[in-house]
Amino acid sequence: MAGKHHRRSLSGSFAALLTLFAFLHASAQAPPAPMPKFVVVLDAAHGGDDPGARLGNQSEKDYTLALSVKLRSLLMARGISVVTTRESGTDVDADRRAEIANRANAAACLNLHAALVYSKGGPAVHLFISSLPPATNATFVPWRTAQSEWIRRSTELAGVLNSALTHAGITVTLGQTALPAIDSMACPAVAIEIAPQHQTDESSKDDEGFEAQVAEALAAALVEWRADGGQFGGQFGDRRP
Amino acid sequence: MIPRHQTVLFVILLLASVIMGAVLWNQLRRAHERLLRGQDAAPTQAPLVAPAEQATLMVANDADNSVEPRILALPLPQNPEARARAVLGKLLDLYAAPDAGHPVPGGASSIAQVFLVPIAEGGGKASPTSPQLAVVNLTSAFAAGHPSGLETETLTILSICATLNANLPRVTQVRFLVDGQMRATLAGHADLTRTYLAAEMVPTEGAHP
Repeated sequence: MAGKHHRRSLSGSFAALLTLFAFLHASAQAPPAPMPKFVVVLDAAHGGDDPGARLGNQSEKDYTLALSVKLRSLLMARGISVVTTRESGTDVDADRRAEIANRANAAACLNLHAALVYSKGGPAVHLFISSLPPATNATFVPWRTAQSEWIRRSTELAGVLNSALTHAGITVTLGQTALPAIDSMACPAVAIEIAPQHQTDESSKDDEGFEAQVAEALAAALVEWRADGGQFGGQFGDRRP
Repeated sequence: MIPRHQTVLFVILLLASVIMGAVLWNQLRRAHERLLRGQDAAPTQAPLVAPAEQATLMVANDADNSVEPRILALPLPQNPEARARAVLGKLLDLYAAPDAGHPVPGGASSIAQVFLVPIAEGGGKASPTSPQLAVVNLTSAFAAGHPSGLETETLTILSICATLNANLPRVTQVRFLVDGQMRATLAGHADLTRTYLAAEMVPTEGAHP
């Protein structure tokens, strides 16, 4: 009688183990949670009544818009989703730009500028991150200093961009600046100023070549930035430092 | 026939005109004498110039986006606000020179005023040793003539803040006005609405911002 009861409890335990094993096996075979989308925000500075700097016969607002369109094509060709803050010559204020970037939950936000080379130097690219002091894990982030939680990631992004541009043979300088458009962005954000020509140089023939070279280098950098996403746990949706 | 009272009135007015003319002539002569005496009393020696002191100018360079310290001997006034204005004036004179590494037109006259305001710490009253907020009032001609660009505008702001902190260590914060008014940006890029922390703007090793 007792042996029969013992056999029954053994077979019950075995069935429970089998069920548990089947459950664990099924869990292991289940498709992994989908990777959050890798989105890049391209913010062409100026627009509307604000032409920005004058570059020969072109205004900064037109130059940055053209660069944004070119870069978007290059990134989309590499399978990267792109959100732009403006698609035409219209003016978009700094808050709206940051709002678009923050809604996109972007992995990288590039604020595009252009200027003349005013001193003796040649064509160059100037990379800037926000000059806000870094902050970590605040419960509520003030709108005007939202970027302060992202300084470390923005610095890393600037490093990747710097490497790619330098590798392409482009002169690069690094710095910090106070720019409302990026100070309110909650994403790794870098302001990129392209200085294609000298103040006294009227020709724009070489500018196009330089612009294309810079766009290619930036696209390559963002592909690398996407690949480096693994170091942040492979979850772009959880990018906060 | 002219009435008698009108004749009397005419004579009185004529006398009054003659007297007033005489008084004015006398005053003109006295003023001329005073002017001549003033010219005689004009100093024949140049006024004493403040002794030259060492001043540290944080000079920007567009080529490598850097700010380097440059020590100069300048005659500086004792008043801190005038001193700050003199130092910044010299800095902008360097930028207005033809071979400047950070070319910005305008020169010393671009600094209209510099005000130094004590900052009260911890809600208490400001003391003579309290940190100071420098309010730099730029001229609109300077802002209008400043080259537009993220790097060039940032370097101008950075070098002004760092120069103030290097020469007046109590200056820890800097704000900017243009012709006494708030302005959004210097020339389309650098934010002029914020308070800059001067101590954090001083470049460290390598002098890159």
